[in-house]
Amino acid sequence: MATEAHEAAAGAAGHSAGMPQLDISTWANQIFWLVIALVVIYFVLSRVALPRIGAVLADRSSTITNDLAAAEELKQKAVAAEKAYNAALEKARADAGRIVAEAKAEIQADLDKATAQADVEIAAKGAESEARIAEIRAGALESVTEVAKDTAKEIVAALGGKADARGITAAVTAKLKG
Amino acid sequence: MTDVAETGFAIHPMDQFIVKRFFCDAAHADCTSNIKWYEITNVTVWMAVAVLAIIALMVLGSRGRAVIPTRLQSMGEMIYGFIYKMVEDVTGHDGVKYFPYVMTLFLFILFSNLLGLIPMSFTTTSHVAVTVTLALLVFLGVTILGLVKNGIGFLGMFWVSSAPLALRPVLAVIEVISYFVRPVSHSIRLAGNLMAGHAVMKVFAGFASMAVISPVAVGAVTAIYGLELLVAVVQAYVFTILTCVYLKDAVGGAHH
Amino acid sequence: MVELALMGKYIGAGLAAIGLGGAGIGVGNIAGNFLAGALRNPSAAASQTANLFVGIAFAEALGIFSFLIALLLMFAV
Repeated sequence: MATEAHEAAAGAAGHSAGMPQLDISTWANQIFWLVIALVVIYFVLSRVALPRIGAVLADRSSTITNDLAAAEELKQKAVAAEKAYNAALEKARADAGRIVAEAKAEIQADLDKATAQADVEIAAKGAESEARIAEIRAGALESVTEVAKDTAKEIVAALGGKADARGITAAVTAKLKG
Repeated sequence: MTDVAETGFAIHPMDQFIVKRFFCDAAHADCTSNIKWYEITNVTVWMAVAVLAIIALMVLGSRGRAVIPTRLQSMGEMIYGFIYKMVEDVTGHDGVKYFPYVMTLFLFILFSNLLGLIPMSFTTTSHVAVTVTLALLVFLGVTILGLVKNGIGFLGMFWVSSAPLALRPVLAVIEVISYFVRPVSHSIRLAGNLMAGHAVMKVFAGFASMAVISPVAVGAVTAIYGLELLVAVVQAYVFTILTCVYLKDAVGGAHH
Repeated sequence: MVELALMGKYIGAGLAAIGLGGAGIGVGNIAGNFLAGALRNPSAAASQTANLFVGIAFAEALGIFSFLIALLLMFAV
């Protein structure tokens, strides 16, 4: 046995056998404390820890199941809401189209009416203007005759002739007509 | 024992497994011999730490009972779900009522293994006494449970009815032997893995005192530490799943 | 005589440690075949990890036995 030599080398630490595991004198101590440790762990686990963790896990899985169901429900609701929204959008679009068409027609009618009225007014204005132009022209012709008569009279007088009013008028009229 | 003390190069890879009194000054008193069963030793202390850590994780962590879990609660729930699924998958529905016991074993081994990786700590599951007790609890529990539930039919497990008649006695002997080797392999696997890993780590840590190879040794310790972390978790898993497999024999009838 | 016994003990421990190599081969074989199978049918891989670990545990146990024999020879005999 080299145990003695080893013991000498290890000094104060001391050894009773080469392999501490095979030192039977410590077994009772180890087994005693092992059994106590196991019993303590067993009771702590089976009375407190495991039921609690099991409950938490069951709780969580039921929560998850419920949440999934709720999510499914919410999804259905969302789909329904989307459908309603799309329908509303469709309807609004149709309404908008109708309103636009109506407005267009109305505006067209107004425009047509206004155009017709404007045409009438323009025609009236044109007729009036024409009348006035004709009047002015007539007035102007009269004035020309008058001026021509007077001028002719004056010219005749200046030339030293004796102006015969009737003769001049006739002459001027004849000239103008010419 | 390797006696290299005279060369000035002493590695004692097994010293870390020595059981000693906790409240004891090694310089003045003998802390290792004549340890009574009730005395508080480093085994007691590290088991207590494991128990407290388990309580902290599983009880304090789930204190809030939150639907949206905190980190600690999430970890506890993950372990719960993992072991629960394992028990249910391997042993079937009938085995679920033994879930707390399987959970106890898993958590105790997992925490003992992981706490043992803290430098200067003590690995309770590296001790044969501890793992043999754990394995015997499973073995005796499964055997008694099987006999109570299935009566004498439990022994039909050793009589392989699918084999030719001439082979059955031979197979029965082999089955019986392999059945009784179960607690041995079950316990030695756990203790051996941890002991080997910790001893190897210690040996490499001892090499670190030699200047030439110390960088290699430090790198090796780092790498082995990572491997040991994996081993700690995998061995806890393996012990648990084997417990489930054995449990299946008892609760799942005599089909083998 | 004591020296001779010591020598035998150490040689025996070394020989017993060879058994760990067998465990290494076994575990590697299981893991490699699992990976090959998992790559062929990845969807079935997840359901078989438990079997993988059980197989590895059984293969490893035998290696651990020889490791135990080595340790017993070294420290207990």
